[in-house]
Amino acid sequence: MENSTIKNQEASLSAGEFLEKKVQRRSFLRYAGAGAAGVVLVAAGCKQSNYNPDDPENGFGPGISLGTGDVAILNYAYALEQLEAAFYTQVIATPFTGMTAVETSLLKDIRDHEIAHREFFKAAIAANGGTPIKNLTVDFSSINFSSRASVLGTAKAFEDLGVSAYDGAGYLLQNATFLLLAGKIVSVEARHAALIREMLETNSFLGDQVDSSSVNISRTPAQVLAIAAPFIKTKIDPSTIPA
Amino acid sequence: MNIVNILEEIEKVDGEIYERLNPRRKAMKDFFSMGSKIALSAMPFALGSMFNKAYGQAMPSTVIEVLQYALTLEHFEYNFYLRANAATALPIPAGDQRNAIVMIRDSEKKHVDFLKTVLTQLNQTPVAEKTTYDFTAGGTFPDIFTNYGTFLAVAQAIEDTGVRAYKGRAGELKGEKVVLTAALGIHAVEARHAAKIRYMRRMNGAMDAFNGPVKPWIAGSTDKFNDLGVPAADGNYGGTVKENNVNQAGVVITNLAGIGGNIPYSAAAEAFDEPLTKAEVLALVAPFGVS
Repeated sequence: MENSTIKNQEASLSAGEFLEKKVQRRSFLRYAGAGAAGVVLVAAGCKQSNYNPDDPENGFGPGISLGTGDVAILNYAYALEQLEAAFYTQVIATPFTGMTAVETSLLKDIRDHEIAHREFFKAAIAANGGTPIKNLTVDFSSINFSSRASVLGTAKAFEDLGVSAYDGAGYLLQNATFLLLAGKIVSVEARHAALIREMLETNSFLGDQVDSSSVNISRTPAQVLAIAAPFIKTKIDPSTIPA
Repeated sequence: MNIVNILEEIEKVDGEIYERLNPRRKAMKDFFSMGSKIALSAMPFALGSMFNKAYGQAMPSTVIEVLQYALTLEHFEYNFYLRANAATALPIPAGDQRNAIVMIRDSEKKHVDFLKTVLTQLNQTPVAEKTTYDFTAGGTFPDIFTNYGTFLAVAQAIEDTGVRAYKGRAGELKGEKVVLTAALGIHAVEARHAAKIRYMRRMNGAMDAFNGPVKPWIAGSTDKFNDLGVPAADGNYGGTVKENNVNQAGVVITNLAGIGGNIPYSAAAEAFDEPLTKAEVLALVAPFGVS
């Protein structure tokens, strides 16, 4: 009961607030988890363990590398698209209570768009001499997939985050082809964001995502990865992203 | 140790290092550290002064030209919604739908003001709005301000075209941190407008060229690139790269794995919006009296 109340409150928060709240919680859990892992090791009588504190899957160490130059930006986008695709795949696999046929149709379309984006980046990075990052392990434990408010609240936060991420990273790209591709994708993400917002509240298609000149807000890769981190178990090293 | 670390180390001793190396970088550094201290409403002014500092008189002419092009289109969009809201014969339903059209009008007005301010601060004369727009496009849409369905359909085409227009010029702003980021920010807002107009049409029962409810994104199939289905809008969804394109930088999206098979053509086409060139856009808006 209390849990679902929290979820509903979160759905009414803005994207930044919504995800940042989760960051705080995740940070706490990470420390708590570290303690728990230690306890387990002690309980095992300090027996030889495969536990590697630097394993990015454990959230420690520098994290996986995104590569350098434009490839780092593409891998950064690939990471975000992996997150979104995994989220919508789960949304369709376990529909929230009362999902209508229209909602199913629209959310399925979005799922397929995100999968197209994800697979595109994987192929394009390899085709351009880069190494695509591995498949990320996601952490959706904070999302209640049976709740419309939780699912659409998370979708809104992810879509708004994605738009601000592409807008904020565009100038870092050196290759005009990649810049154009980012532009081709970001407007579709903005369409998703507007739709999800309208599904939650009529006429919220701009909401708090624009500044006083009606320009969409943008975020740096470091800001975006920090906000996304609670949903991605695999640690990502942002240090090679050009600045 | 990399070059950034080295520079940061030097900066501790020589605070002017960035300026010595690259005056433009220093100006940007100042600008962004200042950003947190000023109100957002002051941004266009700060943008201009930042540019003057960074470039002096050597502001790239391409950047100016793209800003003027953007302003030309924003003037047109704003006047379209201004006229629509003032048209007493246009039955926009009171409440949510009227509010949405007012919101989009005001959003376009802010884009106009933003671009005018930036250009003025760059010592440029912003292009003026026309007093002679013809929103019937030479009689193609005679009921534009009397038939709500026509109005929303044309609004959809205009918004989708705006998105394509910004996208088509992004490459010319490559690496321009401030202007490119602002242009991408306006581009995303135009996409939000487009999705909203499309969703309003869907809620009003409008169908697309595939006899399905209008989608918030641009739908396409192997043989259809214009999901509005109105032949007059073929150019808005066609062009050098049409909206049903599924080949992205040599990667054929329909050859990639989706769920239960390859990614379907419809999703591959919808997942990427396509650009229009300047010449294509100007040809499209010319019948509306835009030049």
